[in-house]
Amino acid sequence: MSAERRNEPGNLKWFLTGMRGVLSLPALILMTSYVGFAAFALQAGLTRAESVIMTLGVWALPSQMILVGSMIGGANIVASFLAVTLSAIRMMPMVASIVPEMRTQKTPVWLLLFLSHFIAITSWVFASTHLRDVPRQHRVAFFAGFGLTLTCGNAAIVGISYGIVSQFPPVVAGALFMLTPVYFISSIWASSRQFVVKLAFIIGIAAGPLLALVAPQFDVLIAGLGGGTVAYLIDRYRRQRRRAVEEAA
Amino acid sequence: MMLEEYWTYILIVVAGFIATDFWRWLGVLAGNRLNEESEALNWVRAVATALVMAVTAKLIVFPTGVLADSPLWLRLAAAGIGFCVFLLTGKKVAVGVIAPIAILVAGLFLLER
Repeated sequence: MSAERRNEPGNLKWFLTGMRGVLSLPALILMTSYVGFAAFALQAGLTRAESVIMTLGVWALPSQMILVGSMIGGANIVASFLAVTLSAIRMMPMVASIVPEMRTQKTPVWLLLFLSHFIAITSWVFASTHLRDVPRQHRVAFFAGFGLTLTCGNAAIVGISYGIVSQFPPVVAGALFMLTPVYFISSIWASSRQFVVKLAFIIGIAAGPLLALVAPQFDVLIAGLGGGTVAYLIDRYRRQRRRAVEEAA
Repeated sequence: MMLEEYWTYILIVVAGFIATDFWRWLGVLAGNRLNEESEALNWVRAVATALVMAVTAKLIVFPTGVLADSPLWLRLAAAGIGFCVFLLTGKKVAVGVIAPIAILVAGLFLLER
């Protein structure tokens, strides 16, 4: 990135603009969630350093909860790996959908591999919402500024709040917990420009809880792959039919 | 004691870092082949969106922690009515967040009495 930054004087500015993104509502919501994680890690018997390293190294709250949970349960390393990796498969399409929007022809693969570590749900939503407003050659710097700051900031929050906050009052904790899903709902809907994304949104929201009842181990995976594919096929059929009508007219 | 500490870090690296970043790296390799206007990216976007929304809906329907004690109808009403308010008031994200939270908190207070 240093080489690119030398060539592109505007990159530092965009990096800083990305950094400022951590003062946004979603980032603040995530921070409160990480205060909750610190409390959970303490109860589970992790040290402060382990909690911080896990936050930096895994950087996906659901996966971290699962890893800590499997540690409490005394699962062996293979079982822990499987449980965590199953929860992380969703990262692949999330990263794959951001990369084409973020890179330029010249962006080196190693840089994308490095930056992919900072993609989790919050930064995926942030990237899907804001990347399109950033000039293409500065998108990597913009995302790096946001992603690095968000991850390091939350690791710091885990380190600081470890042992301080053990519990929020119930109504506050409930409201905090609800913030994350309702934020995702409104921001993803507001940022979806294509019909196919709106369709996938609706199908995913319905399929997630329904499949959780039927196939609790693979619900998210089936809802994503199956629901996404159905949304895509419906959208493609719709586009083809419209094209056919236009050609006929 | 030393070995035990060491072991937790190995667990974090193998069952945490590698277990999650493996998929991120595959995502980079796959995404790097996709053109921004390509048909395949449409599909990947749909899959990613459906995945995230499935996770999101599960957070509301099957919450962990304190919300698990609140009635499902209240959480669904808060999210559903809140989303309608959001749609009807010009799709401001702040409204989409505040409206459902306000409904939920009001409901929690009323139920406590």
